[in-house]
Amino acid sequence: MNIFLDLLQVIAWICIFSGGILVIIGALGSLRFPDFWSRLHAASVTDSGGVILLLLGMGIHSGFNLITFKLLLIGVFLFITGPTSSHAVANAAWVSGIKPLRNKHKKPGIDK
Amino acid sequence: MISTIPHFVFLIALLMLFIAMVLVLLRLYKGPTLYDRVLSTNSFGTQTVLFIGVLGFLCERPDFLDIALLYALINFVSTIAILKFFRYRAIGDILIEREAKK
Repeated sequence: MNIFLDLLQVIAWICIFSGGILVIIGALGSLRFPDFWSRLHAASVTDSGGVILLLLGMGIHSGFNLITFKLLLIGVFLFITGPTSSHAVANAAWVSGIKPLRNKHKKPGIDK
Repeated sequence: MISTIPHFVFLIALLMLFIAMVLVLLRLYKGPTLYDRVLSTNSFGTQTVLFIGVLGFLCERPDFLDIALLYALINFVSTIAILKFFRYRAIGDILIEREAKK
């Protein structure tokens, strides 16, 4: 039983660490990518992977009590609102006339 | 305070979230269009929610999760409000009805 609890703690630490790495990857892509649409693609890593792994790790760490329920509530809310706000930003940018960056390096075969 | 492994892991996650927030703020400063800035604000809000949660676990006071939930709500509403304002130039309903009549 004790070994099982320790294993759960190790799984929780791995989840939290991976979530932190995914959040950093999302932020770095959001800073470094050349285009708005690729930045949108990079920022959704934070909304999906980072949120899942960090909340899952904190939930496993805390056991099963009221804190887990609050974490589940935050996770469900972020799951509903994250894609909604991303879609709203993308739709507003598309309506305002920003087009994706295409054929920048003039390589044959990439873009006809 | 930092004496056991869980504290260390939460501190590492907190530093990672802090670095990510700084990078997103740089994009918020640089961003050439409005939509880059709105996207950065949204991402910053999500990272702030996670930051508050991890900070509560680090301080062993997980009551901070209520504040994180409230921040998630406010973040979504503010993103939608900013986009609506810059599309219709109004928060209310009057200009939107005029836009629909066109």
